[in-house]
Amino acid sequence: MAIIEARNLVKRFGAVAAADDLTVAIGADSVVGLIGANGAGKTTFINMITGYLKPDAGSIQFEGQDVTRLAPRAVTRLGICRSFQIPQLFVTQTVADNLLVASGIARRASRTADSAESMVADALERFGLGAWADKLASVLPEGIRKLLDIAMALAARPKVLLLDEPTSGVSAEEKFGVMDTVMQAVRPQGVTVLFVEHDMDIVTRYSDRVLAFYEGRIIADGTPQAVLADAAVREVVVGEHGAPRRVEEAVDARR
Amino acid sequence: MSPYVRRHLSLRDPTSRMLFASLAVLLAAGPWLPSWALSLSTIALGKGLVVLGLLLLMRTGLVSFGQGLYYCIGAYAAGVLAHQVKVTDGLVMLGAAALASGLIAFVLGALLAGYRAIFFAMLSLAFSMILYGLLVKSSALGSTDGFNVDARTLAGLPYSGGASYALFAVATMAAFISGWGLHGYNHSLAGRIAPAIRDNELRVEYLGSSVRAVVHLNYVLAAVMSGIGGAIVALAVGHVDPEFAFWTTSGEFVFVAILAGTGSVAAPFLGSILFEAIRSFATQYSPNTWQMVLGVAMLAVIMFLPSGLWSLFQRRSERG
Repeated sequence: MAIIEARNLVKRFGAVAAADDLTVAIGADSVVGLIGANGAGKTTFINMITGYLKPDAGSIQFEGQDVTRLAPRAVTRLGICRSFQIPQLFVTQTVADNLLVASGIARRASRTADSAESMVADALERFGLGAWADKLASVLPEGIRKLLDIAMALAARPKVLLLDEPTSGVSAEEKFGVMDTVMQAVRPQGVTVLFVEHDMDIVTRYSDRVLAFYEGRIIADGTPQAVLADAAVREVVVGEHGAPRRVEEAVDARR
Repeated sequence: MSPYVRRHLSLRDPTSRMLFASLAVLLAAGPWLPSWALSLSTIALGKGLVVLGLLLLMRTGLVSFGQGLYYCIGAYAAGVLAHQVKVTDGLVMLGAAALASGLIAFVLGALLAGYRAIFFAMLSLAFSMILYGLLVKSSALGSTDGFNVDARTLAGLPYSGGASYALFAVATMAAFISGWGLHGYNHSLAGRIAPAIRDNELRVEYLGSSVRAVVHLNYVLAAVMSGIGGAIVALAVGHVDPEFAFWTTSGEFVFVAILAGTGSVAAPFLGSILFEAIRSFATQYSPNTWQMVLGVAMLAVIMFLPSGLWSLFQRRSERG
């Protein structure tokens, strides 16, 4: 059953179409990788689901409820949370205080009966942030900043978690560690995960399903192996020139 | 009340201990203070309450150049109650000041909560100057001269007016309750969201909280403290006039907030007492250049204690 259904989404920034009649359904409990070149419309899609951007046309349903025009905090309260490409932290506060604010807000929204303090302790442990608890968010290494950003998003025990480039800026040695930690934290909660990613190793290893974006459209949708083997995807996403099939053909084939 | 807030309000918390100790010292020392010191301290505590309100706004990332608005509303509410309505109990006057400031802040806050940085600062300044303009034109309220504020009783007990020990004790209690309450509030969820808003509004919204609602709440709380402060000063001086809302008065509160620093809820009162003392002595010994003395004091604080006077105590506690 689909937990998120986007129908005929259109979003334009001047002459650029960031979403061009986009229709897609996301099944519950799946881990979906969103791939595409810069400007393909991946983050716009995430921003429209979370209420940061309003589509010019089309609708977004979450568990059958229309969330198209809701504000980000209303979308969050329904159970859709997100992390950011550039971690959005409270930089003058410690890691523990960042989590305390996130847990406190989540608790008030009645998603859990646990105390905010026990939620913080739990998040510190699950994300391996215990050693950083008293450090200011402004002095953290990028991998830890990413984990804190995601831990804050997960404090509300969401049904859907949207991760915008969870490993960008993270060193090659750390990236699998970051993703392993995140997946270990979300899997037991049965959270549906959508993540934007440029690293195809990450996409292949962690996704059940991949959506390939190009100029605001989805040009391929399927298992990671199938999508990454797709000629159009290889041409415009992976950057392999001379692939035999044209992108427009791929789009037409999906219509 | 969450166990977390309770813990910070208990005597196990160093700030709470310090506040209780200060309360005891001030109340015990009061009867031995000369009248000029009682008067200076009462006025300083009243103004310290306004600065405490500013501290809350600054914690939320907002600087108001118009906090004189609520200082003046509080003072006039107390004065009008005694002068026009003939209710002359000082404590009731403080209550009226809190109510009037809170109500007006609730209305104006609905607009101001949508503004930040210089726009918030200038709009708050504009509202205070509108009140100043209205009061100057209002002959029923004494126009530029203002009018006298006479309280006959204080919590039902006979009160001779002016800065007596009784009023000093009330001001001390008001400062203590506000400071201690704000200390607890700062550790509540809404209180913790305030610096989060200062750091990153977008994230607060994405965590599911309304930034606007928290800013609005803090604006009203700051106004209530400022209103009570204004009423205390009106009672201590025995007079109100439109200068309470003038922009230089609001500027003075920002001056004291910077002088004191934002490290503790006690800092505004320390800063305010020091400011009033410097001003009193400078006016007495150097009547033509007292502003210069204040300017030099400010310059010294900015150069040597950029986080304000309170950083002296923080450094000591960090070393200790």
